[in-house]
Amino acid sequence: MSLISWGMYPKIKNQKFSLRDVTSLNSYMSNTYEFIPFGNGRSYGDSAINENIVHVKPYNNFLDFNEKNGILTCQAGVLLSEILDSVVKRGWFLKVTPGTKLITVGGAIASDVHGKNHHIEGCFSECVKEFTIMLPDGETTTCKKGDELFKATCGGMGLTGVILTAKISLKKINSQFIKQTTIKTKNLKETFEAFENNKELPYSVAWIDCLAKDENIGKCLLMVGDFADDGDLEYKSKKKLSIPFNFPSFALNTLSVKAFNWLYYAKAPNGISKQKVGIDSFFYPLDAIGNWNRIYGKNGFTQYQFILPKENSYEGLQEILTKISNSGKGSFLAVLKLYGKENDNYLSFPIEGYSLALDFKIEEGLFELLDTLDEIVLKYGGRIYLTKDVRVSKETFEHGYPRIEKFREFRRENNMSEKLQSLQSKRVQI
Amino acid sequence: MSYVLIIGAKSDIAKEVARVYAKNGYNLYLAARKSEELEDLQQDIEVRSGVEVKLKEFDITSYETHEKFYSELEEKPLGVVVVSGYMVEQKLAQKDWNESLQTINVNYTGAVSILNIIANDFETERRGFIVGVSSVAGDRGRKANYIYGSAKAAFTAYLGGLRNRLHESGVQVLTVKPGFVNTKMTEHLDLPEKLTAEPEDVANDIYKAQQSGRNILYTKSIWMLVMLIIKHIPEFMFKKMSI
Repeated sequence: MSLISWGMYPKIKNQKFSLRDVTSLNSYMSNTYEFIPFGNGRSYGDSAINENIVHVKPYNNFLDFNEKNGILTCQAGVLLSEILDSVVKRGWFLKVTPGTKLITVGGAIASDVHGKNHHIEGCFSECVKEFTIMLPDGETTTCKKGDELFKATCGGMGLTGVILTAKISLKKINSQFIKQTTIKTKNLKETFEAFENNKELPYSVAWIDCLAKDENIGKCLLMVGDFADDGDLEYKSKKKLSIPFNFPSFALNTLSVKAFNWLYYAKAPNGISKQKVGIDSFFYPLDAIGNWNRIYGKNGFTQYQFILPKENSYEGLQEILTKISNSGKGSFLAVLKLYGKENDNYLSFPIEGYSLALDFKIEEGLFELLDTLDEIVLKYGGRIYLTKDVRVSKETFEHGYPRIEKFREFRRENNMSEKLQSLQSKRVQI
Repeated sequence: MSYVLIIGAKSDIAKEVARVYAKNGYNLYLAARKSEELEDLQQDIEVRSGVEVKLKEFDITSYETHEKFYSELEEKPLGVVVVSGYMVEQKLAQKDWNESLQTINVNYTGAVSILNIIANDFETERRGFIVGVSSVAGDRGRKANYIYGSAKAAFTAYLGGLRNRLHESGVQVLTVKPGFVNTKMTEHLDLPEKLTAEPEDVANDIYKAQQSGRNILYTKSIWMLVMLIIKHIPEFMFKKMSI
């Protein structure tokens, strides 16, 4: 069984090595010409795909949890969902979590993931106190914040070594519920205002209607919130529905149009509404549907996610949303989010500004469209998220990430360049 | 909270079964040979779930030790899950009698030995549950692995009889028949994705089936259908087939 990424594209034959102990990893490394670590296969594109894969997920023991200060030590294959199962009932939650809890700790570090609270808490690396990593020469080393290896590995897409264990700090919570406010806006200007007016709240994310035209471009539902102080901690993961087969692709937009309209017209009829919701519905709505990626059909899909610096965000988003809306491609829903300050890591995605993410079914003409979107992104000083990407060109990538030379040099100096490679790293020559 | 005893605790399925019971608040006895090798798992489960995990030295083919093993448990378990299994390539087993014997003894004889003892106790106490992990391979003998399959078939029949006997005492017996599972044991095989389960899914299925009082569990559930078809192929055709 070959491993594929979440976008189910590309599909190539690969050999996996399941990580269970460091001794056999060590000998695997010295006997393998080229490989890439792979967590739980939730990155969308080809960043964890190659002919040889180190499957890190089986390496998933918890090592220590200090209930007093919320510091957890575990192996890199542990899923965020497993952490939640263990710590929420003891009054702790992840400081930073992306929109799926089905990723490994190692993957979270390698992608330096972020969540709805990026404007307050930053990326996942903020909560990583230290980690251990096996370098391509087989040596295992502990790495702390501030180290060059830390800056290269967090956001480094697995290209510096195999992360083995991590020590992360969690956040105290008093309730398993989130007080959520849903705000309805009519256009991009209102959407931006709503984000700015609510930026004191820790969590925010907007669903944009991509079919809206002209003066309605940027119409959205903005959801903001914070943990409640009352309520219990009796968290139980929601039961999963699942999509057992690949959908015919026409089903998709009809479904999401209906979902959005239902929310837009029913849930927030007066512009603003308040709800109290659970962790799973607030943070991980899509995890409730297992294999929702199959909804795009057997050819797979990609997610296009870019970020623009704040000063250009408004103009840039207007232009890109117009282009997408006119193209007739793309999902009906896109996710818009306000980001806080950039960190020091060489390849972390976030910069201060706005990011938009939307799904596209893989089909003819798509990559040409995305190339023209790339041009607009570059024109406004933005960049593309490697964790979602499957097609970006070397030039576009380099433009967006000015610290790439530092990263390349670091890889060369430490003999990482040859051994650690993904299809993506070869394409953009990281 | 009560203890669940896991026999053959070193397999990937056992590890996930242990984690699921611990997550739901059960303390654990993990029984296996060289049980000190389970110290990492013990620590993992204690950190994750805050339950008590005790390691117990146990050899399923040392039948004479079973009585003592069970009587020395500090507190009698509320339930037992037998996950022990031994599978070598059919070609090796049919050539080497020792391999055949080991297959039969681990998958069947040893399981009968320990479960006889536990069943007697549960019957007297009129409580408890017994989960036996058998295999779809026991549903019909196929040339590809009939030595392993026949041992599992015997185990399936044993569990069926035990369920019948213990029904009156309110003791639940669950027969689990996994199909392909993505484990260390099957890592070298190229398994079909749609028919292959992850160990954590198998463990969750087992927990749910046990808690809801089920008798027989196929996991993935598609295997019930697959085996229904395989069982009904007439023998004159079946003997010519390679499946």
